[in-house]
Amino acid sequence: MIIEGKIIKIAGPVIIADGMRGAQMLEMVRVGDEKLIGEIIELEGDTATIQVYEETAGIQPGEVVECTGGALSVELGPGVMSSIFDGIQRPLRIIREESGDFIARGIDVDSVNKEKKWTFKPVAKVGDVLKAGDVLGEVQETTAVLHKIMVPPHLEGEVTEIAAEGDYNVLEDIAEVGGEKVQMLQKWPVKRSRPYVRKLDPDVPLVTGQRAQDTFFSVAKGGAAAIPGPFGSGKTVTQQQLAKWADADIVVYIGCGERGNEMTEVLTEFPFLDDPKTGNPLMDRTVLIANTSNMPVAAREACVYTGITIAEYYRDQGYDVALMADSTSRWAEAMREISGRLEEMPGEEGYPAYLASRLAQFYERAGRVETIGSEPHVASISVVGAVSPPGGDLSEPVTQNTLRICKVFWALDASLADKRHFPSIDWLQSYSLYVDSIEGWWAENVAADWRATRDQAMSLLQKESELQEIVQLVGPDALPETDQATLETTRMLREDFLQQNAFDDVDTYCAPDKQYKMLKTILLFYKESLAAVNRGAPIANIVALPVKEEIGKIQSAITKQCSEA
Amino acid sequence: MNTNIKTREYTTVSEVSGPLMVVEGVEGVGYNEIVDIETPTGEKRSGQVLEVTKDVAVIQVFEGTNDLNTKDTKTRFTGQTAKIGVSRDMMGRIFNGIGKPIDGGPEIIPDEELDINGAPMNPASREFPEEFIQTGISTIDGMNTLVRGQKLPIFSGSGLPHNDLAVQIARQAKVLGADDEFAVIFAAMGITNEEANFFMRDFERTGALEKLTVFMNLADDPAIERILTPKMALTTAEYYAFTLGMQVLVILTDMTNYCEALREISAAREEVPGRRGYPGYMYTDLAGIYERAGRIDGKEGSITQMPILVMPQDDITHPIPDLTGYITEGQIVLSREISRKGIYPPVDVLPSLSRLMSGGIGGDKTRDDHSGVSDQLYSAYAEGRELRDLVAVVGEEALTERDQKFLEFAQAFEDQFITQSKDEDRTIFETLDLGWSLLKILPKAELKRVKEEFIEQYLPKDD
Repeated sequence: MIIEGKIIKIAGPVIIADGMRGAQMLEMVRVGDEKLIGEIIELEGDTATIQVYEETAGIQPGEVVECTGGALSVELGPGVMSSIFDGIQRPLRIIREESGDFIARGIDVDSVNKEKKWTFKPVAKVGDVLKAGDVLGEVQETTAVLHKIMVPPHLEGEVTEIAAEGDYNVLEDIAEVGGEKVQMLQKWPVKRSRPYVRKLDPDVPLVTGQRAQDTFFSVAKGGAAAIPGPFGSGKTVTQQQLAKWADADIVVYIGCGERGNEMTEVLTEFPFLDDPKTGNPLMDRTVLIANTSNMPVAAREACVYTGITIAEYYRDQGYDVALMADSTSRWAEAMREISGRLEEMPGEEGYPAYLASRLAQFYERAGRVETIGSEPHVASISVVGAVSPPGGDLSEPVTQNTLRICKVFWALDASLADKRHFPSIDWLQSYSLYVDSIEGWWAENVAADWRATRDQAMSLLQKESELQEIVQLVGPDALPETDQATLETTRMLREDFLQQNAFDDVDTYCAPDKQYKMLKTILLFYKESLAAVNRGAPIANIVALPVKEEIGKIQSAITKQCSEA
Repeated sequence: MNTNIKTREYTTVSEVSGPLMVVEGVEGVGYNEIVDIETPTGEKRSGQVLEVTKDVAVIQVFEGTNDLNTKDTKTRFTGQTAKIGVSRDMMGRIFNGIGKPIDGGPEIIPDEELDINGAPMNPASREFPEEFIQTGISTIDGMNTLVRGQKLPIFSGSGLPHNDLAVQIARQAKVLGADDEFAVIFAAMGITNEEANFFMRDFERTGALEKLTVFMNLADDPAIERILTPKMALTTAEYYAFTLGMQVLVILTDMTNYCEALREISAAREEVPGRRGYPGYMYTDLAGIYERAGRIDGKEGSITQMPILVMPQDDITHPIPDLTGYITEGQIVLSREISRKGIYPPVDVLPSLSRLMSGGIGGDKTRDDHSGVSDQLYSAYAEGRELRDLVAVVGEEALTERDQKFLEFAQAFEDQFITQSKDEDRTIFETLDLGWSLLKILPKAELKRVKEEFIEQYLPKDD
C-alpha cells in the first residue's frame, strides 16, 4: 500500500505533512503536484517533516505527499563514469536537454541511461559458486575504466545462468545467482556505507605531483586530508590540481555549494587534459557531482553522500579512488540551515549538535580496505576535504571537528596567497601523520635517504622562522654569515621548491624522483655555500653565483619525469 | 466568515509585527506567493508569503506595515510568485526598488513577465568566462582583470570613494574590439538621497544613462523592498543577456544594506540567528543573487556582476564580506590606509584577487606579457610593502641596496600605477606599459616572474 499524506506547513526547503503513519525515517517521498523529491527527516505520530531537494515556491498546504517505499539511493552501473550529476544524482546534461539552460523543478530523469547498450563480457561460468562482490563480467565503460559487474552485496550462491558476450542495457538480466536474477544496475542507499572485509594500514602515498604535499605533507592512499583556508587562498586550485594529477584510478569530484563557473572550468578542462598515466582524457575516469551554491540547499546536504557512495562502488571493483569535496563547510552549513528550519536546539555557532558525528561518519567512509568477494583485493578511497572557515578563523566548529578526524592538515595561508606564493600551504602549520608509515615506500621507490633529506629541509625552514624574528629586530646584515647562508637556502626552498605554478605546462606536475632531486640540489648548494663561508668567501658572492639562478629554473626547465640533477 | 473564497480576498489579519503580517483562515495559499494589500485608508501595497500552514499565512509587507490594522486591512492572494515585466524599452530608464518607473516616463509595456527568483543555471550549460572587460582602471585591468560572466565585488569601508569608483566603472566599462551591445544595470539598495542624486547627476553629466537601467531603493524606502531590488535587476539582466543577447554589467550597491534587510526580516520572524544575528541561510540567499552571473554555452550575451559592499568596521572577516568572498570569483579591496595618503582609487592590490583572470588575458585577449607583468608587480609591491615595516624598526640605512630599490618601487607603484584621476580611462596597453616603466626601477635579475623574451621586448631600454 502506498502511503499518502497531505502538506500542512511549508517553510523554505522544509515541509510538514500529516497522514504519514507508516512512513519510514529517511524514506524518499514525492511532494506536491509537481512531485518534487524529498526525504523524511523526522517522524512524530502522524506527521512527518520532510526536506525537499528542490525549490518549494508555489507549493500549497493540502497538496499530496507520496511515499516511494525506499531510502534516497543512487543507481550504480555502467554509465556513471564521466557523468556530471547534481546532488541527488540527476545527470545535468540530460536535464539540460529536458529543461533548457536553467534547471526547472520536478524533473524526473534517470540517473543512468537505461537504454544504452553496453558490451558485456562474462567472466563467471554457470556452476561457479560466488560470494557477494565477486565479478560476474566486465564492461569497458570508458577507455580508461573497465567496469566490473559484481554480485550485489546481499547475494551469494551458485551461478545458474550467465549471459553470453553481447550488448545489453543495464536493466536486462545478465545472470542468475542463488536463484535471483541479476542486472548490471545496482541501487544503494546513500547514507549507508557499502560493506568491505577489513580496513588496512595506509602505507602507500597518494602521489600527487605537488611538491609541498608529496614531500612534506603526504597523504596516504586511503587517508583523509583537510584543506582549510580563507577565501582567495587557493583551495579550489589545490583541489583541482590533486584531481588532475593524483595517481588514483578514479576521481570523484564533489562541488558542494561552490561556484558555478568553477564547475564549468572543471567540465571544460578535464575532457582535454591528458591523464599522465594513460594518455586518455582525464574525464574518462572522473565523476563530477555539481551542486552549486544557488541550487537547492537540501540537495547540497545530500551531494557528499551521493559522491562517496559512487566512490565506494568503484572501490569495490578494486580501484583506488580519490574523492575531492569542495567544500565540506558548505555541506555543514546546509545541515545548519535545515536544522534551523526544524527549530532544533543549536550547538556551537548555530550548527546542529550532530555536526561532529556526521563529519566523522563521512570521513570514516574513506580508507584502504580489503574488498568483499572470494578473492579479496586491496582498494582505497582517499578523501580530500576543503574547509572554508568563516573569516579564515580555524577555531570554528567545522574546521575543528574535521581536524579531529583527518590525519593530514594542509593549512592555506592568506598572507602567502597575497604574495602569490602558491600553493599557499603554510609549511610551519601544516602536518601529516602519515610520514612515518609511508617512509618505506619512498625509501624503496625513490631514494634511501629520502626521509633524512626531507627532515633536513624541514628543520631549515623551522630555523628560518627563528632567524626571521632576529632579522626583524636587527636587520639581515647583523646575522653571522652562516645564518645568512641558511636564509639564502630557505629562500630557495620557498621560491624554487615549495612554490609550484599550477598554470605552467611543466611545473604543474612534478614526479617524486624530480622532487627528491630538486631538494637534494638545494641542500647541496647549502652544504657548499656553508663550506665556502667557512673558507672565508663573502656571502654576497655566493648569492650572486649564476648556479643559483639555474636552480631556480629547474621547476619548469626540466621535464616532468626528468632524472638529471 | 467575512472572506471571499472566489477572489481569495481576506480581512482576517490577526497580527502585525515589524515588517510581517499574519492572516488567518486562509485557504489554498502557496509558499512565496505575492499578496495585494489594501490598507484601511485605501492605499495599495504588496507582500509575499513567507510561511504557510493549513490556514495561517505569514506575509512580509514590502512597503512597510505602518497604518495596517487587524480590523479592516484587506489582503488578496494573487496565486503568483513575484514577477517583473521586462522589455528592451527599460534601457535608459529609472525604476524604484520594486520595478516601478520613477523618472516620470511612461509605464513599461512588458514583452515578457518573468519570475524574479529565476531558476539556477545548469552548471552543464555554463560556458567558462574568458573574455576581457576593460574598466580603464589600472589596478583592475592590469592586476585583477574582470572577465565577462564573472562576479567580482568591491569591498569598501564607510567613507571610502567606492561610489566614485562605481560610476567610473559604469561609465568606462567596455568590451575590447567587439561591437557587441553593452548594457549596464545599476541597482542601488538603501542608499541615501544624496548618494542617489550623485549617481543620477553623474550619469546625466556623462551621458552614460542611455546604456543604463537603474533600480533605485533609497534609505528611507522600507527595508523589505531591498530584498526584491537585486532580484528585479538580475531578472532584467537575464532578459537582456540571454534573450536579447547583450553583454550586461550589473552593479549592485550596497550589498551590506541588503543583508541588513535580510537580518531584519529574520529577526521579525524569530528565526534562530547565525553569526552576528544574520540568518543561517544568508549564504544560500546571497548565492542566489551572485550565481546569476555567467555565460551560457551557445548564447551571445553574458551577465557580469560588480557588487559593492561596505565592510562594517573595515572588517573583512565580518559575515557579509566573508560569505560574499566565498561565492564571488575574487574581490577588489579598497583600503583606508591607501586612501589616507590621498590616493584615488585606493585599491589595495595585495588582498585583491580575480580568480578568472588567467583565462581572460594573454596574447589574443590582452597582450602576451600580461600575466607575467601582473605577477611581477604583485610580488615586487608585496616585497616593498614588507620592507616598509622593517624600515620602521631598523631605519632605511640598514637595508641593502637591493631592498632600497624595492622600497622605491613600492612608492612609485602607489603614486603612478594605482593613482589615476576620476575620469582617466586607461587602455590595457597603457596600463601594461606603465607597469613596465615601473619595473625598470628594479635590478633586471630580480624580474624572475616575467619571461626573458618579454623583458627584451617591453622593458624600456636605457638611453
